[in-house]
Amino acid sequence: MKTRISDTFGRLRGEGRPALVTYFMGGDPNYDASLAIMKALPAAGADIIELGMPFSDPMADGPAIQAAGLRALRAGQTLQKTLQMARDFRSNDDTTPIVMMGYYNPIYSFGVDRFLQEALSAGIDGLIIVDLPPEMDEELCLPALKAGINFIRLATPTTDDKRLPTVLSNTSGFVYYVSMTGITGSALPDTSRVAAAVSRIKGHTELPVCVGFGVKTAEQAHTIGQSADGVVVGSAIVSAVAEATDKDEDPVAAVSELISGLAGGVRTARLAAAE
Amino acid sequence: MNLPAEPNSFRTGPDEQGMFGIFGGRFVAETLMPLILELQQAWDNAKTDPEFKAELEHLNKHYTGRPSPLYFAEQLTKHLGGAKIYFKRDELNHTGSHKINNCLGQILLAKRMGKTRIIAETGAGQHGVASATVAARFGFPCAVYMGATDVERQSPNVFRMKLLGAEVHPVTAGNGTLKDAMNEALRDWVTNVESTYYLIGTAAGPHPYPEMVRDFQSVIGTETRQQIVEAEGRLPDLLVAAVGGGSNAIGLFHPFLDDKDIAIVGVEAGGEGLSGDKHCASLTAGRPGVLHGNRTYLLQDDDGQIEEGHSISAGLDYPGIGPEHSWLKESGRVEYVPIVDDEALEAFQLLTRIEGIIPALEPSHALAEVIKRAPKMGKDQIIVMNLCGRGDKDVFTAAKHLGVEL
Repeated sequence: MKTRISDTFGRLRGEGRPALVTYFMGGDPNYDASLAIMKALPAAGADIIELGMPFSDPMADGPAIQAAGLRALRAGQTLQKTLQMARDFRSNDDTTPIVMMGYYNPIYSFGVDRFLQEALSAGIDGLIIVDLPPEMDEELCLPALKAGINFIRLATPTTDDKRLPTVLSNTSGFVYYVSMTGITGSALPDTSRVAAAVSRIKGHTELPVCVGFGVKTAEQAHTIGQSADGVVVGSAIVSAVAEATDKDEDPVAAVSELISGLAGGVRTARLAAAE
Repeated sequence: MNLPAEPNSFRTGPDEQGMFGIFGGRFVAETLMPLILELQQAWDNAKTDPEFKAELEHLNKHYTGRPSPLYFAEQLTKHLGGAKIYFKRDELNHTGSHKINNCLGQILLAKRMGKTRIIAETGAGQHGVASATVAARFGFPCAVYMGATDVERQSPNVFRMKLLGAEVHPVTAGNGTLKDAMNEALRDWVTNVESTYYLIGTAAGPHPYPEMVRDFQSVIGTETRQQIVEAEGRLPDLLVAAVGGGSNAIGLFHPFLDDKDIAIVGVEAGGEGLSGDKHCASLTAGRPGVLHGNRTYLLQDDDGQIEEGHSISAGLDYPGIGPEHSWLKESGRVEYVPIVDDEALEAFQLLTRIEGIIPALEPSHALAEVIKRAPKMGKDQIIVMNLCGRGDKDVFTAAKHLGVEL
């Protein structure tokens, strides 16, 4: 399936560097500020955008993303508005891939067919739905693939070689390797174990493998980027938004500064790996 | 409305995917999936293993005190002047409620699986106490997640759990009630997936939990069948039980689902009434959605965000319901009705005075429905109600609502 995601990885392969994948929470701290953050991401060095859909009960998320989701919901964010955010972004950026990430219930409540139709027209390229494992593929994964939207699956340290083919079977776009058993924003484990896991997954698939959960600094992004095709940063960005908002500072500037640093780490990863 | 064709049996679910019709399933993060499959394998082996069955039966008898009596409530029957009322007295179990039935089954399973740590969520604290009890008995460390609001309103049970050696973690996220405690328990599980067994307290969550908890609780209905035939020479006309997550209710109902002449009623927490948002009637006032690993009826807003439940009874304070109940509702086999806080509190007082039994606030909801129905039924008709918990834990809450200072 050719999408903005495959185009982006193709281009980056040419540049000889991994992708910086940035997660932020749609609607946090409010719609306008959140849209401004989204628009600033590519210029700051983000290659792929993960647009968080807030949910009242985010079971796989740590405190930072939980709080961000609740702030967004309190500010009036809905799935319809998150789709609108993508549409607004697309009015002056038609190349940066957008992956919507969240939990299934708001989509189920919206209606799967209606959601896919609107997501497609809003310029969404992929979906990451935390609580839809391969056993539930008929719910959303297969309809999404049919509609031309990538369904990106999480692989974790508990996904052994026996299960990996099941997890990879209907995955497209890229594989998101969760670096630890745990919730988002926890401490990053030993990076050598991450590299081994990435190479294990690559033995089973041609798809790019991105690594996330726990990446906070440019140095970590640099190290992870030596083996992975992409580095995902989420909780650190969400925390920067929260901190700036609390201090009455500009969250766009705070996020841009953080991402520029991370992008620097990612861009030099392969040079270091080659040495 | 077009009802689905009536199945030949209501007792064959779930299917291999863990579905009861469109309800149930395994909506969990990938980190948990291998463990869920391992659990299912362990459960499939255990349920057909005579040794497992024998060990559980031994504990049920000598540790819990089963079978629990089926008691003819003569005074209440006379008072209401209609159908004969029987109580299945699971409040006499060790730890004071039906929760122990499930905890013993699951701790034996955890032991078989080689797990070394137990976690549990609790609302009223009954499941937390039962989990802490079996963890103490089998020598497991145990962490119990409990909403901060519930920690406050159920302080005697919190102290009980601590005495039993459990760590109690107050959860402040959300409104600090059962749903938030379950989120936090799932976060613990996803982090400590290798060592930890998650002892879910109700017939909800990802497959195989709804089936497993139901089977452990079905001892209630299985005993009832035998006991009512001994007492009356026939099966009852009506079964009534309270539903929060729905484990005591499915335990009573399941062995009777194919006896089509028996009416079955599940009673939800109507809180302060269904016209506002202070209630917990997910089946009466909610709609299907996905939460905590299964598809089921949920209290939610137009955007699919989960709403908080409200009930005088912390044990019914959950915005969802076991998936099998959702299916039984849609198939029409079981009727679900709400009872409001005040009705439950009145029933609580009536039973205490008239039968000398202090019921928990959860079965007081079922009792309030019995009080409505019994007078309209014939004197030769029989009602069995599950008296699933004792009210000692609720005397402080009741006093507060009755304006009494202790």
